[in-house]
Amino acid sequence: MIRGKVWKFPSDVNTDYIIPGKYKFKTLDMKELAKHAMEGIDSEFAGKVEKGDVIVAGKNFGMGSSREQAPLVLKYAGVSLIIAEDFARIFYRNAFNVGLPVLICPGISEKVDQGDVLEVDLEKGKIVNKTKGTEISASPIPQFLLEVVDAGGLAAYYKKHNRFPWEKK
Amino acid sequence: MLLLKLVRRMGKTISEKILSEASHSDAYAGDIVVADVSFAMAQDGTAPLTIRALEEMGIDRVWDKEKIALVFDHNAPSPNEGVSKLHAMMRNWGRKQGVILYDVGSGVCHQLLPEQGHVVPGSVVVGADSHTCTYGALGAFATGIGSTDMAAVFASGKLWFRVPETLLVSVNGKLPEGVYSKDIVLTVIGKVTASGANYMAVEYEGDTIRELSVEARMTLCNMAIEMGGKTGIIAPDSKTIEYIKEKLAENQYQVFSSDPDADYASMLEIDASDLIPVVACPHAVDNVKPVVEVEGTSVDQVYIGTCTNGRIEDLRIAAKVFKNNRVKALTIIVPASREIYLQALREGLIEIFVKAGAVVCNPGCGPCVGTHQGVPSPGYTVVSTANRNFRGRMGSDEAEIYLASPHTAALSAIRGEIRDPRSER
Repeated sequence: MIRGKVWKFPSDVNTDYIIPGKYKFKTLDMKELAKHAMEGIDSEFAGKVEKGDVIVAGKNFGMGSSREQAPLVLKYAGVSLIIAEDFARIFYRNAFNVGLPVLICPGISEKVDQGDVLEVDLEKGKIVNKTKGTEISASPIPQFLLEVVDAGGLAAYYKKHNRFPWEKK
Repeated sequence: MLLLKLVRRMGKTISEKILSEASHSDAYAGDIVVADVSFAMAQDGTAPLTIRALEEMGIDRVWDKEKIALVFDHNAPSPNEGVSKLHAMMRNWGRKQGVILYDVGSGVCHQLLPEQGHVVPGSVVVGADSHTCTYGALGAFATGIGSTDMAAVFASGKLWFRVPETLLVSVNGKLPEGVYSKDIVLTVIGKVTASGANYMAVEYEGDTIRELSVEARMTLCNMAIEMGGKTGIIAPDSKTIEYIKEKLAENQYQVFSSDPDADYASMLEIDASDLIPVVACPHAVDNVKPVVEVEGTSVDQVYIGTCTNGRIEDLRIAAKVFKNNRVKALTIIVPASREIYLQALREGLIEIFVKAGAVVCNPGCGPCVGTHQGVPSPGYTVVSTANRNFRGRMGSDEAEIYLASPHTAALSAIRGEIRDPRSER
């Protein structure tokens, strides 16, 4: 179960907003890069986000570049989950691969406000808005991606099982 | 009902055919397949994380060193010590593994892979860079992935894919003078929007497309990602074969095309003769307007280059405009590869650029990603031939970036304001 406070963002949040190119090429130190998370769209986010917080966004979250630093800096900043109307496809894959779960939930933007507290059951795709006392259903996450997130990401999954989730046992 | 469904399932798009072939299965849109990859590439912004993921997985040998390339293009030469260290790490790892290294000065990954014969029509190519979709111009299924997915490919030569639905864009008719493939693709993105082709393959067909050179087709496929597309793709024809014939033997590639009864998620028809020069205005690629609507906007900086428009025919178009003129805006020109640079030198284009007062930088990504070779000042207006104009993209949150064809960009450079190519014939 994930429990966290909501940070709301609009549609079309691109990867240059999540982590500007001018920072990401210099280092693999994600703690350092996480200080600039979301700087392109909200310069206060990185300083105020707390461990466990949830991002709720409109359509096409993570559009743009293939940089895996984008989901990584959000994870290192403390974000536990991203729920969006839908995601850009490379970001969607990258998020699971670095161990950051994301949920597709059409209509979520209208049902959740900044600062609301959500409780989320990933396996069932069930979102409870504790602040408003409402319940929302998201599209379930494919089983093999849940397993990747449970392991802490694709590299950790491989280390544990000595195979990729799509390879036969 | 059942019979109808069976009949309907007979036709396949080119993307469904390539992914079926690569996954040894009968795949249709929506299916998840595990496909063989024919070539894999990572660049200096993504390769370091791939190498780190391989180390974490405990994998010390790649699946096939001849099918893997590392390209130094996004920050090359390195602008600071941090990047230099990551470049050194890539070189060390690459030499140890024996993979193909395209070091500083070789060019942009998306020009190098087709140019050097690594893109095999009819196969699946992946790159740890979102503009990998460019290679669909050769009839390959090419898509961008992240660093950890790339580590899985470097390790195993395979990856899972969801077979995409297809948006079919048909373009027919004669392009008016001053209108180029960049104007076609920007017009399409303006109509489809930045998320309108999410998860889809964007397939181009029609007699206008057949008239375009392979290079101009790369411009179209390069920007499929700007509508959310998984790939841009064009079935090979005689021009494609001409392009690849000295790089690949006939038995090395396969030519696929979509069946007439293939199932498309949506279709868009464009009459090329109606098209006009357009620009993507700040700060979104789908904020597309006719050039005439912004004509006269004062321009401080111009960038001609990138994986979208840094090829020889783009440089020829620009040189025609610059000949016997002087630039009024700071103008940076970057050939997309060393071969293009050499060709431009032989044709005298570089001399024209330098005499016009432009700055010519080494092959690579140039100032596109905001780290070096011309970060604009806050408040500056930039006309660029690149593919993204997001706020902050070129390194300043307060610069305004307009995306345009090489002709519009070059003309804007010598006039110091945005100009429609049709205004001066």
